[in-house]
Formats: sequence, structure tokens, C-alpha cells
Amino acid sequence: MTMTKTDSIGPGIKAPEGSSSDSEKIITAEKLAVGYRGNTVWGDASFAINRGELVAVIGPNGAGKTTLFRLLLGLLQPAKGNLRIFNAPPTRGNPRIGYVPQRHFIDSETNTESLELVRLGYSGRKWGLSLFSQNDRKFALAALTDVGAADLAHRPLGELSGGELQRVFLAEALVSNPEILLLDEPLSNLDIRRESELLVVVNEVVRSRKVTALLIAHHINPLLPYLDRVVYIANGKVATGRPAEVLTDESLSSLYGIRIEVLHDSRGNLAIVGLEDTQGEHEQ
Amino acid sequence: MTFSLNLFSDLQQILYYPFMQHAYEAGTVVAIVAGIVGYFVVLRRSSFAAHSLSHIGFAGAAGAALFGISPVYGLLLFTTVGGSSMAVLSPKATYRDVSIGTVLAFMLGLGVLFISLYTGYATAAYSILFGEILGISSADVLLTLVAGLVILAAVAIVYRPLLFASLDEDVAEAKGLPTFILGIVFMLLVAVATSIAVQVVGVLLVFSLMVTPAAIAQQLAKRPRRVIIISVAVALMTTWLGLFVAFYEPYPVSFFITSIVFVFYLLARLGNRIVKSRSVPGMISEASN
Repeated sequence: MTMTKTDSIGPGIKAPEGSSSDSEKIITAEKLAVGYRGNTVWGDASFAINRGELVAVIGPNGAGKTTLFRLLLGLLQPAKGNLRIFNAPPTRGNPRIGYVPQRHFIDSETNTESLELVRLGYSGRKWGLSLFSQNDRKFALAALTDVGAADLAHRPLGELSGGELQRVFLAEALVSNPEILLLDEPLSNLDIRRESELLVVVNEVVRSRKVTALLIAHHINPLLPYLDRVVYIANGKVATGRPAEVLTDESLSSLYGIRIEVLHDSRGNLAIVGLEDTQGEHEQ
Repeated sequence: MTFSLNLFSDLQQILYYPFMQHAYEAGTVVAIVAGIVGYFVVLRRSSFAAHSLSHIGFAGAAGAALFGISPVYGLLLFTTVGGSSMAVLSPKATYRDVSIGTVLAFMLGLGVLFISLYTGYATAAYSILFGEILGISSADVLLTLVAGLVILAAVAIVYRPLLFASLDEDVAEAKGLPTFILGIVFMLLVAVATSIAVQVVGVLLVFSLMVTPAAIAQQLAKRPRRVIIISVAVALMTTWLGLFVAFYEPYPVSFFITSIVFVFYLLARLGNRIVKSRSVPGMISEASN
């Protein structure tokens, strides 16, 4: 395998799709800044995300990737600037957003079966009892089938592996038929095979349901074949664009403050050299 | 009174006595409520909070005895105030233990003071600590029934949101559920359930009705509704059987209740282990993953 350094973009990266006339802006940020107690996490971010895009949110730990999700979920207010989602400011509990938070810990004694959690994704907001409605059960099974996890429906949550759990969480987020999916580090703790399996599922869901998905990840490479857009958050700055625009030597080097080279092999696979090697320095 | 093999005539004989009637009435309400609320206690891993609430209730019951009113009023007052302040002071379950323990120690100290000030019989403390179901008055039975109905109505209203917030708090919050208020509602449910359960098994043994039946049920079923039904059934069987045996034997009811539920627990653990070892070999290695 020969590696040649080039600034052009290889076939491994999804080319920007057609004309942008039919693409509807679903999230827009203008000079957006966010912080806690006066400390700015990142600022001066302006970007737009179109309907149906698969977007990777990438950057070192503590850079404020999850903070972006909290803004979109309406759990946190911008310090400065303007953020609009569905052409309105974010509101908490928006049913058009599905969310899979980052899980540090799954209770291994939770004997509750997966289907019940997915059902709650549909009916968990409803007060009172509905003893006879089985709608949520039907939709939950359909969502589990969509993510290739129908066989997990009756398995206890506490017994599932990391990859299986992520599928169940994805179904839980999808069951209410959202237009935007926010996935916080779904790939962490997965081995390479499970990682690519899950990405195939996410990609299928995004394309078949026309969902817009934002996915926080540590490594860009496994995502490259599926990405429409990248959001890089590092050093208090946010860089966004098509992978072809952002994944260049100049762009990455200036963002991370270290020398990074973007290499392509003969088959068009992309290797970002420098980023993976030094990632440990960015992580706490 | 002697035990015969004719259970029907035994029951007739037992229920001939008003104190046994009251015990069965209150015990039944408590078992149903504890079985249901206990499910959420186990699901939310709040058994320490439930345990502590009953101890906080000890101070309330002792204070009530000091002022010559029924201990259950003192229990209700102290546990509801204690429970809601626990929920307000530390909304995230993870950090709750230390603040609960601190409040708990203070309240137990208060209870000791009340008991020492109380010049009545020393048995008052004993019955608060270990339960006095055979001495329950008809007024207390009525109060237990009302409290039980309030809990059932409240659970029916918050059932799905509380279940969601207990299983997956972050997503429930992002979906706009008032997880903070649900946390307070949950603690109030535990407070009231604990207060009436103390009459049956006492402050020290509330665990046996509030946690153990639900823990047993969780071993046996995977769907919330089934777990709740099994939990209630175990609590009911335990209470009924405990009262039944205690009628013939000169030992405390709470001893029989705690022993019976412990046997159920051992059987469930054993049964569960046998079922698991018979299932696909791969299941176990995955479970430890």
C-alpha cells in the first residue's frame, strides 16, 4: 500500500451532494458562543447543517462537544450569538429530536428487557396509565427491527454488550420518529467490528428515514465513508464544513496547533497522521 | 388455640379476633403498597434512602409517643419532610448517600432524645423499632387504607414518566420530563409507604417489605408490570403467612415476616442461578462483559 500526500480529496470521502438548492437548513448557528459561569468553552461559531446530513462532531476531551448537544437540546442557553433549530430557538423536550447520551455505566443488575426501554422512548412522556394500548409496543419492535436489534427485544439490558446497548439506545431515540438524532460517543467502548457495524446501521437510518444525525466521536477514520459534514471543536474554536474542506493539512494543523498531515492510500482511504499519535496529549 | 390441618377453619378462628382482623387489613394494604413502591426503590437503587427514611421516621414516631398521639402521624410528618429534603438537596442519586447518612444520624439522635424523655412504657420504643401489627387500632387501619389509596392513585398518574426517569434519567430529562419533581414525588411515595409499613414490621425491618419482595420479583421477570405483580404477590404471601404463623406461635410477627421473605429470596436466587446455568453458554460470558 503506497501512501501519497495530497491536498485533493480521495474517493473515500463522500463528495458534497448535488446542488444545495433542495437542501433545507435544519440547524443554523451565527457567532455562537457558550460557557459556564463566565468561562467561554468555545465561541464565534457560525455554521449550518442541512436536513438529512450525517455529521461528525470531533475534538479532544473537554473541548465542548457535549456542550453543543446541550445547547441543541435546550438544556443550556448560548452565552452569545444565535442558534436556531427548525427555524426557532432550541426548546427543552422537543419531540423532533432524538438523543442518545454518553453512558459511562450500565447497571449490570438491571433486569429490565430492552423492549421496555424502547417503549418508554415513545410513551414515557405520557401521564396516567394506558392498560390496553399496545401502540408503543408495536412501534418499539419496529424501531428495534430498523436498527437490526429485533433479537434483543426480550434480553435484559444488564446483559447486553456495548454494541448491543448502543443499538437499543438508538432504537429508543428513533421510536418517536425524530427529525434530528444526537448521538453522544456511540462508538466509545466498541471494538473495530462493532464500530463499523453500528456505523452502517446509523448510516442506513439516516438515509432511509431522512434523519439528520450529529454524532460525537473521537476518531474520524471509521466515519469517513458516511460523512456529509464535520464539526471540529478544539481550542475554543469550532470549524465546520464538508469533510473535503476541513480535512486538509492546513485546516487541521491550525485547529489542533500541531502538525497534521492528511494522507491517501492507493484505494482512496484517508489517513490523518499526527492526530491519532498525539491524541493522548489532548485527552485528560 | 391450636393449629389444625383445616386451613379454612383456622382462618375463621384467626379472624374471629378483632386484633387479627385489623392486622390482616393493615397488613394487606401495606403489602400491596410496599410491593409496588418497592419496585421503584429497587429500580432506582434507592434502598439506602428507603432504609434511612424509616429510621428518620423513628424520631417522628418517638416524638409522637412523647406527645401522646399515634406514632403513625409522627412517622408521616418526619418521613415526608425528610424524604422531600433528601430529593431537593441532592437531585442526582449518585451523590445522595452521604447527605442521607448525615441527616439520618442526626434524626436517630433526635429519636433517642425523645425516647429518653418519654416516661411511658419502654415497649413503645420496641414496637416502633420492630413493629406492633397485632396492636393496631381500627383508626390506624383506616389511616393506612387512606394512605394506601393515595399512593396507588399517585403511582397510577406518574407510572410511565417515573419509570422512564428511573431507567434512563438523561433521556427523560432531554425529552422534557420534570425529573427533579419526579424525584421528589418518588421520595414522598417512599415516605408514606414506609410510614405505614413501619406499623407492620417496625423501623428496623422495613427493608423486608419495601425492598426484598421487589428484589425477588426482579430476579423472576423482565417487564415492569410483571415485576410489580410478583413483588406485590410476594409481599402479600409473606405478610399473610407471617400473621398466620404468629397467631399460633408466641414469637413476634416481624420475625416470621422477615424470615419468610428471606427464604423466598434465597429460593429466587437459587432458581435464577439454575435457570442461567441451563441457558446458552454464551449468555454468561456476555453478561459479564
